[in-house]
Amino acid sequence: MTKTLAYLKPYRGAVAWGLILKFLGSVAELFLPLLLEYIINEAVPAADMNRVLICGGIMLVFAFIALFGNIFANRLSVTSSGGMTHDLRYDLFSKTCYLSSSQVDRLGVPSLISRLTSDSYYVNQMVARTLRLGVRAPILILGGIILAFTRDWALALVLLACVPLVGIIIFIITKKSVPLYFGVQKKQDDMVRDMQENVTGVRVVKALTKEEYESEKFDGLVKELAAREFKANKIMSLSNPLATLVLNLGLVAVIVTGALRGNLPGTVLAFLQYFVIILNAMIALTKIFVVISRGSASAGRIESVLREDTSEKILDISDEKNGYKIEFSNVSFSYNGVGDNLKDIDFALKEGETLGIIGATGSGKSTLVNLLMRFYDAGGGNIRIDGRDVRAYKNDELRKKFGVAFQNDFLMASTVRENVDYGRGLSDEEIEKALKAAQAEEFVQTLEGGVDYNLAQKANNLSGGQKQRLLIARALAASPEILILDDSSSALDYATDAAFRKALAKDYPDCTKIIVAQRISSIKNADLILVLDDGRVIGKGRHEELMRDCDEYKLIYAAQMGGEKDARAQD
Amino acid sequence: MPERRINIHDTRNLKRGKVDKKFVFKNLLRYLKPFAPILALVFLANILGTLLNLAGPRICGMAIDEIHLDGTTDFKKIGVYAIILCITYLISAGLEYLSAIGMAYISRGTVKKMRSEVFSHLTRLPVSYFDERQAGDIISVLSYDIDTVGESLANDVMIVLKSVVLIIGSLVMMLTLAPLLVLVFAVTVPCSVFMTRFIVKRVQPLFRKRSAKLGELNGYVEEITTGQKTTRAYNCEQKIIGDFEEKNREAVDAYARAEYFGTISGPCVNLLNNVSLTLVSVFGALMFMNGQVTTGQISSFVLYSRKFSGPINEIANIMGEFQSAIAAAERVFRVLDEKPEPADPEGAKELENVKGEVEIEHLNFGYIPQKPIIKDFSLKVERGQVIAIVGHTGAGKTTIINLLMRFYDADSGTIKIDGKDVRELTRASVRRAFTMVLQDTWLFAGTVAENIAYGNGNVTREETERVCRAAKIHSFIARLPQGYDTVLNENAVNISKGQKQLLTIARAMLLDSPMLILDEATSNVDTRTEQIIQEAMGELMKGRTCFVIAHRLSTIKHADNILVMRDGNVVEQGTHEKLMAAGGYYSELYYSQFETA
Repeated sequence: MTKTLAYLKPYRGAVAWGLILKFLGSVAELFLPLLLEYIINEAVPAADMNRVLICGGIMLVFAFIALFGNIFANRLSVTSSGGMTHDLRYDLFSKTCYLSSSQVDRLGVPSLISRLTSDSYYVNQMVARTLRLGVRAPILILGGIILAFTRDWALALVLLACVPLVGIIIFIITKKSVPLYFGVQKKQDDMVRDMQENVTGVRVVKALTKEEYESEKFDGLVKELAAREFKANKIMSLSNPLATLVLNLGLVAVIVTGALRGNLPGTVLAFLQYFVIILNAMIALTKIFVVISRGSASAGRIESVLREDTSEKILDISDEKNGYKIEFSNVSFSYNGVGDNLKDIDFALKEGETLGIIGATGSGKSTLVNLLMRFYDAGGGNIRIDGRDVRAYKNDELRKKFGVAFQNDFLMASTVRENVDYGRGLSDEEIEKALKAAQAEEFVQTLEGGVDYNLAQKANNLSGGQKQRLLIARALAASPEILILDDSSSALDYATDAAFRKALAKDYPDCTKIIVAQRISSIKNADLILVLDDGRVIGKGRHEELMRDCDEYKLIYAAQMGGEKDARAQD
Repeated sequence: MPERRINIHDTRNLKRGKVDKKFVFKNLLRYLKPFAPILALVFLANILGTLLNLAGPRICGMAIDEIHLDGTTDFKKIGVYAIILCITYLISAGLEYLSAIGMAYISRGTVKKMRSEVFSHLTRLPVSYFDERQAGDIISVLSYDIDTVGESLANDVMIVLKSVVLIIGSLVMMLTLAPLLVLVFAVTVPCSVFMTRFIVKRVQPLFRKRSAKLGELNGYVEEITTGQKTTRAYNCEQKIIGDFEEKNREAVDAYARAEYFGTISGPCVNLLNNVSLTLVSVFGALMFMNGQVTTGQISSFVLYSRKFSGPINEIANIMGEFQSAIAAAERVFRVLDEKPEPADPEGAKELENVKGEVEIEHLNFGYIPQKPIIKDFSLKVERGQVIAIVGHTGAGKTTIINLLMRFYDADSGTIKIDGKDVRELTRASVRRAFTMVLQDTWLFAGTVAENIAYGNGNVTREETERVCRAAKIHSFIARLPQGYDTVLNENAVNISKGQKQLLTIARAMLLDSPMLILDEATSNVDTRTEQIIQEAMGELMKGRTCFVIAHRLSTIKHADNILVMRDGNVVEQGTHEKLMAAGGYYSELYYSQFETA
């Protein structure tokens, strides 16, 4: 929380002025009932017109002080809380961009998103509301009580007794209803999930003619939800009538006490006014407590990200020039430090060569790529590019060498050109060349506006194959030294895949390629193929060698290309 | 206190056109009608409670009048007034509570009924409805929009009713107390109404802009955070942060502007309240000196004036909520207005004892009437044959399935099963004749056994186990913590894509339909599982008429007939040998798949 509040520092002038103005405005309002009392108790019995008018005039002046004090204070609180949120969100976003992959894994992507969106929103709300009302409410309550005591201590005690009473009522009701609302939330999640299942599975439901069954199931959920909501409503609805009741009974007590103590009617009336002011302030205060408790939880979540260390760690490892572009020697790695995700990986690749990686889901294919690009540091062994250990490179220097399309990579809601360029300021020729090689040129031309066509969020207006082709184009566009395609041609049909591989060999001959695939046809022409299984290399060599020596590879081949021998025979 | 559930990401209200209010209210009335007696009681309780609440200040004033400046106070009378006041306030609070829970009851009931009806209507809508929309949009109508309507019913209606009673009631009270003093409000109330309207008018577009900018920012954050690794891989953190900065600045500015203008109304309303208090005090004092009013009457008047001005602003505030509730209700009722799948024709027969012969004659079809894609397509399938459907991604392979299952109906031409035109049969019986095993496996939250039986209550555990053995998934299930009773959901069990596929195959085996629609999956499943799936599918296909969206060469080569699709249309059909010999598009496709680059 302190770190978050420190973001208010640049705005301390505005905050201070805001508080002063707020204070003035609130105090001005507190004096109004006092003046009213004076009119009724003193000026009226004395039939003094002048005094009535003067008091009236002062009341008007105070009313306007309250107006301008509050408006300017609000303005200041909005600018300072807005500015602070801006700065906080900026730092949080910058931090998020530079987090290492293991940090992202630990924090979780959905959680990072919610920290940037709803959490920063809640912090803003907390600061703005506190500056606006959180100061005003205590001033009104305290000031009201102090002024009340200056008039009549007994009446003031009645007032004082009601304040905690309302507080207790609201506290108890909130405490009772919160778990009930949790229950409601849970049922609501169930209901939404059920709807999701039905909307996405509409074909299955219809194919099996289960419409009625689904309707009945949903009815059950809805009924349960309504029952839980009603139960929570029953308790929550108590708060308003009860608080009003206490307020009203307090009024009666004030009148009775006032009468017993022989107070003047004007004093009683002033007290009634204070009553209303204080109790409204109380209600505002309880609302603020909710905002503050939620806001400070959010601030904590944001701070835990800001505390992450994102400084670059460049290790001092001496180079070992041996003519290889990429070299893995005895590399091992584990995500969680328990089991090995990769073990004893050993291979070397010359410039312009192609490496194919194949293996079951979870066998470590993507992990290998992650280590090569230093998203994670290897646990053991060395990974060298151009003879230098990847950990001895500066991050940007290392990553400049790569063009990569990850598995399920993302496209921005922006134009085709911007997606391929991706902030690198590439020339039109480079983009065109890449689109052509990635077999994307043809379909891009059919889009309205060509490369200026705007993609929807998550590129939902493109097919899976089209998305992959753009991703490949993006990876190629800067003519990288090393191209990595991590299972990113799976949605291409065979013909397109083949045409792409041809274009790649022709247009980007110097580029060293790493192709991770499920399909043998995508990698069978590679200079080196690694067959991974459970983090280990169980086959290494060219296609022909593997067909001879590696059982697993033969198995995959048989499954995918079954009957191909006959096809050859016909050729 | 839990706040009203608001969806800060919801921007659909931004682009709303004109709302058809008549349409909305007509539909809403239909839902409220069954609650009419309760509603009447709730209204009565609310009005009565509010009136009693209003009587309070009057009695207070009478009590204050008994406090005499010369010290001759009548304590007995004050005691009586105090007791009356206590009773009044108690009853009023009780009535207020009753009307609140009464309204909660009505709104929950309405929401419940609305959800059930919209859902069951959705199940009757044609598949095209779901194909044309985002799942999220449909779901938000069912959850968020209906919630908005319910909340508005539970809170806003009562507040408006109460406010109206308070305004009229306190006005009447003030008139009986001091008609001349009421003239003060002839100045302040129009000011207040005018001001609130002015502010709301100015603020509403600001709030819309705020939601839009916030939505934009959130969308961007989601995108970039999800693809954070890509940003780092391309070294473009600075550029991304720069883009974000622009959006962040805009969002914060829009937020601050809306917030600032939104908070102006509070102090302004306070000002007018304070001004009326001043005017009432001054004029009241003058009238007292003329002997027209008592101090007690001034006191009552001051209290009523507070009750009077509050609700006017409350109503102004609530109008905005009402508008979004009406817009939400309209979206809900529009769903109910959607045309369901046309009913089966009169005298439609059930398709029974299906042999599995399919005949398609001169079929024409297009998703959009102006754009026909399937043109004059004919096909004859004998019982037990395997039909392979091949073509590029997006060549329209699923169209054939949509037509066979009657998810869509053909524009012209006929489909016959066992010689009977499907349009003369009930949709349900046609669909039951097929079993589908699609690539996107569909499992719901429930136990493994429930997922396999899917709504078929009288399936025994033995049968379930039998099909699971046949689908080669039994040993996996047996190893799960609770075996067949393990609950499947996103977090609990780690179940791979391939295993999901096997579960759907087991489900299909249990159904035992004479005809089968299969979508062979190729990607994202590891080799060993792929082999098992292939075996299980082979088991499933035995003795059935099969339509297979084929990716595997072996399936294609052994098919009795191959449909070659291109640009939505079937361009060639025949056996592998025949098509290869013809040297057309199929042979081109075939070579490109296994070509060595």
